[in-house]
Amino acid sequence: MWFKNLFLRKFLASDCNEAFVPDAKFKHPDKAAEIKVEDFNLWFGDAHILKNINVAIPPNKITCIIGPSGCGKTTLLKSFNRLVDLSENVKMTGSIRLGDEDIVNCSASELVELRRKIGLVPQRPTPLPMSIMANVAYGCKIHGLRRIRENRRIVRHYLKVVGLWNEVKDRLRSPAVKLSIGQQQRLCLARSLAVEPEFILADEATSALDPVSSRTVEDLFVKLKEQYSIIMVTHTLRQAMRIADYVIFIYLGEIIEVGDAKEVFHNPKHELTKKYLEGAFS
Amino acid sequence: MKKSIVMEKISKGFMIASIVVVFIMVASIIYTIFKRGFGCITWEMVSSVPKGGFYIGGEGGFLNATVGSVYIVLASTVIGLIISIPIVFYLNVFKSQKSRLAYWVRLAFDILYGIPSIVYGAFAFSLMIYMGVRTSLLGGIIVITLLIIPILMRSMDEVAKNFPHDLLEASFSLGATRLETIGIVLRQIAPGIATATLLSVGRAIGDAAGVMFTAGFSDSIPTSLSQPAATLPLSIFFQLSAPQAEVQNRAYAAALVLTIIVLVISLLGRFITNRFSKHKLN
Repeated sequence: MWFKNLFLRKFLASDCNEAFVPDAKFKHPDKAAEIKVEDFNLWFGDAHILKNINVAIPPNKITCIIGPSGCGKTTLLKSFNRLVDLSENVKMTGSIRLGDEDIVNCSASELVELRRKIGLVPQRPTPLPMSIMANVAYGCKIHGLRRIRENRRIVRHYLKVVGLWNEVKDRLRSPAVKLSIGQQQRLCLARSLAVEPEFILADEATSALDPVSSRTVEDLFVKLKEQYSIIMVTHTLRQAMRIADYVIFIYLGEIIEVGDAKEVFHNPKHELTKKYLEGAFS
Repeated sequence: MKKSIVMEKISKGFMIASIVVVFIMVASIIYTIFKRGFGCITWEMVSSVPKGGFYIGGEGGFLNATVGSVYIVLASTVIGLIISIPIVFYLNVFKSQKSRLAYWVRLAFDILYGIPSIVYGAFAFSLMIYMGVRTSLLGGIIVITLLIIPILMRSMDEVAKNFPHDLLEASFSLGATRLETIGIVLRQIAPGIATATLLSVGRAIGDAAGVMFTAGFSDSIPTSLSQPAATLPLSIFFQLSAPQAEVQNRAYAAALVLTIIVLVISLLGRFITNRFSKHKLN
């Protein structure tokens, strides 16, 4: 154990201000890609959950998916990285494209790479059952980046990006579950960012957090949109109004209205959107 | 006093009474074994094999039985874990909760769980006669492995069934394959594996019926898998069956060794469980 601690002390004492360049494996393409959904339908057994979805999600913006409970927001979000596959009897038609790659019809090996490009911040913070450091480095390790020095550099960088470094730098080997809920959520974000995704999916990522932590995560998303494209499902209209650049309103599995956040919130075209924004249903 | 409060007090009283009854039973068994065992145990008994007439009061010890039991328990636990862990992973990571195959496999193991060890012993004995194989250490290991696989599998399966689904999503969303995700499942259910191992070791080391037909009994320490092996429960049984009070007392010395082995394994198991639990997501 002593040599591990020695490494850790050296690592903590080393220059923290060196410029960070992601590993060549994880570099973003020169031009940010958009997600394009065309004629997408999804069924769980006989239930037709998403109906004829057509939408293009712009890069480097925060796109909020809003709509009443059970309308298919999370299902649409989890279709973007095919986590819907984990559910029973899923059937999908149509296409979802990230740049040139088709997410719906890709092979299992392509899906692994696609999932790396589309990170997820879950509703409930889910630190992996390992240390803080191992949590952030996990994604890098499974994608073949096994150099310890490189992984430590990555861990430090992304913990700094999410503003967690100063809070945890002295206990990087402590279990991640010992962090507060807000810290755990930022750790999950750091873990997703460590594999340099192009898109970040956030499934009501602040709903389990206290107001202060919630605001911290929100501010982080605003900061991160310069480098990443963020798609966020939210139940809180005020949150969507604060941070969204682009809005998708879904009702009963159909997209009712899509557009610039200001336009949708202040000048909704569809009657249902107006009623939803007025709080007639939720 | 309110009726609900009276009911609560009565229930609590029952709970405490149950704990006291169990505690008294355990304490009285341990007290009897330690009191009678320490009264007659000698270094010769622990460190030597039976010499001529040991079971009618002659010199020697039961090292053959101690070593035989340790061989059988260690080998069967390792083989049992190697067989049952993949079953648990397959049912919980690759198959859904509603899978029909998973249902039938669990039902089969539930039935095997309830079969008495003498039936396993008799079944293996008839197979050995059919194949012309003599009683041997290998026979004992195979029967005890078959006996503990249902215990290992069902105990681990119950823990794995409660595995947080969010953790699977967290791992997949980073681009991990199902095989890589098994590492996360393993870390999360490690305390369950430790508990299941303890339960099966307890059952394996204390079983006399299964090994009576298959491992046989020998006054020497087995040097190969094809030689018969003595076990502590059978050694205790033979000594208790002797008419001489002195030999009957020696059985308690063997029981003392058996209890100490189980105690050491339990404490070791608890230590390992606590070590793994610190990373576990609740």
